[in-house]
Amino acid sequence: MSSTEPFLVVEDLTVRFPTEDGLVTAVQDLSYSVEKGKTLGIVGESGSGKSVSSMAVLGLHDARTARITGSIRVDGQEVVGLNEAGLRKLRGRQIAMIFQDALAALHPFYKIGGQLAEAYQVHHPKATKREARRKAVEMLDRVGIPQPDRRVDDFPHQFSGGMRQRAMIAMGLINDPSLLIADEPTTALDVTVQAQILDLLQDLQREFNSAVIIITHDLGVIAEMADDVLVMYAGRGVEYGPGKEILTRPQMPYTWGLLSSVPDVRGDTDSKLIPIPGNPPSLLNPPTGCAFHPRCVHSDKVEGDLCVTTMPAFEQGNTGAGHLKRCHLRDPEVIFEREVLPVIAPELLEEK
Amino acid sequence: MFAYVVKRLLAGVLVLFLVSMSIFLLFWYGPNEPARVMCDTKTSNRCNAERLDRFTEELGYNNAWYAEYGEYVKGVFVGRDITVAAQTTRCDAPCFGLSYKNGKPVWEDMKERLPATFSVAIGGATLYLLLGVPLGVAAARRRGTVQDKALVSSFLFLSSVPYYLFALLTWLFFSLKWEVPVIGDTGYVPLTESPTAWFGGLALAWICLGIFGCTQYTRYARGAMVEALSEDYIRTAKAKGLPTRTVVYRHGLRAALVPIVTIFGIDFGTLLAGTIFTEEIFDIEGIGLWALRAVGQRDLPIVSATALFSAVVLIMANLIVDLVYSILDPRVRLS
Repeated sequence: MSSTEPFLVVEDLTVRFPTEDGLVTAVQDLSYSVEKGKTLGIVGESGSGKSVSSMAVLGLHDARTARITGSIRVDGQEVVGLNEAGLRKLRGRQIAMIFQDALAALHPFYKIGGQLAEAYQVHHPKATKREARRKAVEMLDRVGIPQPDRRVDDFPHQFSGGMRQRAMIAMGLINDPSLLIADEPTTALDVTVQAQILDLLQDLQREFNSAVIIITHDLGVIAEMADDVLVMYAGRGVEYGPGKEILTRPQMPYTWGLLSSVPDVRGDTDSKLIPIPGNPPSLLNPPTGCAFHPRCVHSDKVEGDLCVTTMPAFEQGNTGAGHLKRCHLRDPEVIFEREVLPVIAPELLEEK
Repeated sequence: MFAYVVKRLLAGVLVLFLVSMSIFLLFWYGPNEPARVMCDTKTSNRCNAERLDRFTEELGYNNAWYAEYGEYVKGVFVGRDITVAAQTTRCDAPCFGLSYKNGKPVWEDMKERLPATFSVAIGGATLYLLLGVPLGVAAARRRGTVQDKALVSSFLFLSSVPYYLFALLTWLFFSLKWEVPVIGDTGYVPLTESPTAWFGGLALAWICLGIFGCTQYTRYARGAMVEALSEDYIRTAKAKGLPTRTVVYRHGLRAALVPIVTIFGIDFGTLLAGTIFTEEIFDIEGIGLWALRAVGQRDLPIVSATALFSAVVLIMANLIVDLVYSILDPRVRLS
């Protein structure tokens, strides 16, 4: 089974948390897959379920509170319902995760080298301390930390922001995992450092031939990195397909909204930024019908009150195969070209 | 680091100087006649105005306060001879004067009481740390469960009982009613004399301090752990595949220790300065009880010596906390 299936397969994943105010559905009926050597970008606003769904892949949710259904298969092995011992073997070994704020994600009281060595030793119990340390220095060198044999004894607060994120990446890759989940890896960094980190991730991916999930709200990162893109809204996938398709022929007004919110340095000064009105919905009481309808400026183009009453299916639209969208609009590409593109990127139309 | 310690010690000396001076001024400008106590004692309660004047003169209360304060400070460092009622007493350094009540150098009495107070404080504090921190950690790990809620609410109940009542009931049941062997005994016996008697005499005091103090430390430890366990680096530790025990103790507790140590330093200092209820109820002749009696008897040299002692202990405790802090948290740079 694992020979034919992609390395990571997520099917109908639903994650619920009971809270004092009621049951929160953070992720619902989410499906995606990632192959080795490929990168999946997951985009969405805060609270759309991006991080929750990828933490579920590592089984990081508290088993006593989180209610997880559906299926997550890593190299054919089912993760949902797997016991703690089984999860520990996956974590850090098969799947590594790097986090947004490396300063908070590294332990402030332990040396960088010690934290890296710990990650190595837990999966290589026979390795001596010296071997683990050598491995840590080697990884720091690999991610471009200068003088790694000296910096290995630094504490996280002695590193710069970019170096901390490099160290996080080194820690994630120290056991040569087949899947790397990067949760907003560049959000807390300067733009120049962002580019370096993204470059590094791409290099390492090529070198280790790992599958990568990159979680971000930055479409620039997506354009740079992702082979496939999953757009999430209110816990659900709303558009899913090859990165190029999603960025050039988006089918769903929420994706248009995201694209309209991105400033473009080379763009025409006539082009406008159009923020998406309103706020992401409460996951406690999600809107009826399509979760995006209260913020959607195109819902009037759908006949009747379909948007308010019925959740659209996640299905293939008028574009190529493998491009799924969750929207009632019948001819989204026409609306996109006629109404959205002229405002956000008039120069693109002229080229045509 | 060294320069920091020196700086802190100098600041501590300055504080001690100010504290000792304020206490000393109390002798001069306090609400009553400071010589009356000694006059009463030395004359078998037939102290008249003439005798009072003589004692006032002999104790130096007719001189300028700063001159006498200079004498006092000198005595602390090199000792001095004190002549009262035609009797000269050698008061060796550290000399805090003579007790107005029994005429003996204050330090001689203090020296005998310190081991008792230290024994109570060290045993009690060890017990409440050993009970409180693991309980707090366990509660934090089970946060929100029935066990956690039961522990938190029962400890809240326990800590709202007045300490003296709790200690008194412990004594009534263990010593008087059940007459538990060894543990039921009270009263301080030096460790060097009889280790079992020392243990037996202090056991109830330790248990009381330990159980009562551990309610607080459970709360502190639980709070600090809950906070530490919600940190990003705990998620990182889990994501590395570390066993739960390593995550909780090496990563969680290590971080939670910092606030606990801070509070503990001050608490322990307070314990060392004397535990009045504990000493009274379990019949332990320690610093706290001694200070209390001295206040009642207006034995000013003892009052000032005990006050100074608390100040020294608290300043030291603060300094040690800061040093430990810099060892625990590498981000705190002491240079």
